[in-house]
Amino acid sequence: MRKSLLTSVDSIFSKISESMALFLPVDDPTGRANYTRWEEGKKWSEALNTVKSPKDFFFPQVEDLMKFKVSGKNIELKNTAKIDEDFVVFGVRPCDVRSFDVLDNVFLSEPRDGYYAARRKHGIIVSVACSKPSETCFCHTFGIDPAGEYGDVTVWKGENELFWKANTEKGEKVMELISEFTESCDDNAADDIKAKIEKIAEKLPLRNLSAENFGGDKTDEYFDRPEWKSLSESCLGCGTCTFVCPTCQCYDIKDFNTGKDVIRFRCWDSCMYSEFTQMSAGQPRLTQLERFRQRFMHKLVYYPANYDGMFSCVGCGRCLKSCPIHMNIVKVMKTLGGKADE
Amino acid sequence: MQRITREMLTSKAISLLNDGTVSAVLGWREGEFSYDLTPSLFYTAEDIEQNFVFNDFCGANFSKYLVTKTLGIEGKILAFLKPCDTYSFNQLLTEHRIDRSKVYVVGISCDGMADISKIRAITGDGISSISCEPDGLKVQTIYDDEPKTVSYEDAMAERCICCKSKKHVCYDELIGEEGEENPDCNRFGKVAELEAMTPDERFAFWRGELSRCIRCNACRDVCPACTCEKCVFNNPNSGAENKAPATSFEEQMFHIIRAFHVAGRCTDCGECSRVCPQHIPLHLLNRKFIKDINTFYGEYQAGKEVGSRAPLVDYTTGDLEPGQVFEREGM
Repeated sequence: MRKSLLTSVDSIFSKISESMALFLPVDDPTGRANYTRWEEGKKWSEALNTVKSPKDFFFPQVEDLMKFKVSGKNIELKNTAKIDEDFVVFGVRPCDVRSFDVLDNVFLSEPRDGYYAARRKHGIIVSVACSKPSETCFCHTFGIDPAGEYGDVTVWKGENELFWKANTEKGEKVMELISEFTESCDDNAADDIKAKIEKIAEKLPLRNLSAENFGGDKTDEYFDRPEWKSLSESCLGCGTCTFVCPTCQCYDIKDFNTGKDVIRFRCWDSCMYSEFTQMSAGQPRLTQLERFRQRFMHKLVYYPANYDGMFSCVGCGRCLKSCPIHMNIVKVMKTLGGKADE
Repeated sequence: MQRITREMLTSKAISLLNDGTVSAVLGWREGEFSYDLTPSLFYTAEDIEQNFVFNDFCGANFSKYLVTKTLGIEGKILAFLKPCDTYSFNQLLTEHRIDRSKVYVVGISCDGMADISKIRAITGDGISSISCEPDGLKVQTIYDDEPKTVSYEDAMAERCICCKSKKHVCYDELIGEEGEENPDCNRFGKVAELEAMTPDERFAFWRGELSRCIRCNACRDVCPACTCEKCVFNNPNSGAENKAPATSFEEQMFHIIRAFHVAGRCTDCGECSRVCPQHIPLHLLNRKFIKDINTFYGEYQAGKEVGSRAPLVDYTTGDLEPGQVFEREGM
């Protein structure tokens, strides 16, 4: 483990960005944090987390996949993606690092998604432990430790110091790069911070929310439950929950005719939208109840069925804070069978 | 703090359910924390007694829900409408989107609703409970031993600080005192500031704000003026489908086009800005249109009267010539 002075953090950012792009949470004028490319003058946000999750770095909201031009009987294809440079994402919270595992299962299994894979290969994750969790946090429900070691490098933030631990080869390289600003310290140096985090985490209102009643074998148990009606009745059908969610992974691929050529692009889609997965025969889920159910069944039942019991929620709490009607996965779990407050 | 209490509403709701006046009640259902209430239909007195909540976090505008909730239900729905909600309700009646005979409107007076992000900015994160006391909101966080008091003034949502009217423009019965319109609410103050900017400054302001948009469509989906059965931006056959913008300019166009689309129909309820996860002040676009309509065609408030003709869809011989708009100072 190594440590650095908190006051030297801008010098560290500057050093990293000399050799590669560095992204980190920065406050906007309204005081909300979003990932921003670091440049001189940008300040690392104090916020617990960003409005939009860091999944954008690997699975961008919109990306061009290719361009093509048809002339006579010829079709000319052009690769528009250029993903060959390393980059660092600093300040990723443990829940969000776990979300990359959720996305990996989908995008890196066969057929492998080359765009995603290239970004994962070049991306270096520096996670930062959560010193100040919010009431909306429930990462414990999914076995995530807010003080734990995640990403290529883990950072624990103390009052005046940062403690750094490299977890992978990629992480070692970053640590080497900034070695002039860090010094070696005892491996237990961050234990006080970890203990403090654990103490606060015990007070979280959703601390005891359990996912044990959900899982891959529960389709029959939950699919036709009458509670879906009241749970979904006020859903606006907007895409806020899916677009702030670090694990939502559905997308659409479309062609855009520029007049000169055609750009094939991919963009996030939301199962909450009326035209989601629309086919020539129509949209398979005609009501908002069915679309709403799909989202939560996917996170709590279908995904675990496909990926060895892993849930596709990491308890980041973004949807709890953003949903215009305050309906969310916690309310769904408690209504259908999650245990809490015990 | 609301002078209207939960008990006033629940006893009214239960008596109207019991005497058969209504078959369902549109109200607020309890959440995990004190501030995360969900609009919901209640069908039984038991459900109302157990789960109906009313406090300073009941900001959601119920009017749009009535468009769909009144379909496929036997009898009437009781809707508790705050003054601002009644303007949206009237506007929807004007647009023939709600069957008036299916709704029993109980107007409730409103003392302004709280904005949880403003509270969070004062108390910090980790809010475990909030209680509404006479001297302010008592906010308990997991980081403090004692609750912090946040004054109602500091907690009040921006749209409530410059509330245009405490008067209900539609109701079957009223709970609480009837208020007055408030022409001195200064709701165009920020618009005037933007108008005073140079075009470059104003462009930079909006580009900065709109660049945060994640295109979740919450602003559109909550908007009582956006009740198209199928929005062109969601319709693959429209030629204008816009699941993702090709450029950041197009992203900005979405909001500007939407503001044009609701111009003259927007009652300035402020729901668009309330629900925006990125806190983009979208209501300022709408207020700009309202201010311009007032300037060019005379004072007009959408939703004030059912059946009123908005200046932009009406013609009078006194209408100004389009060229005249370019002669004004400030845009």
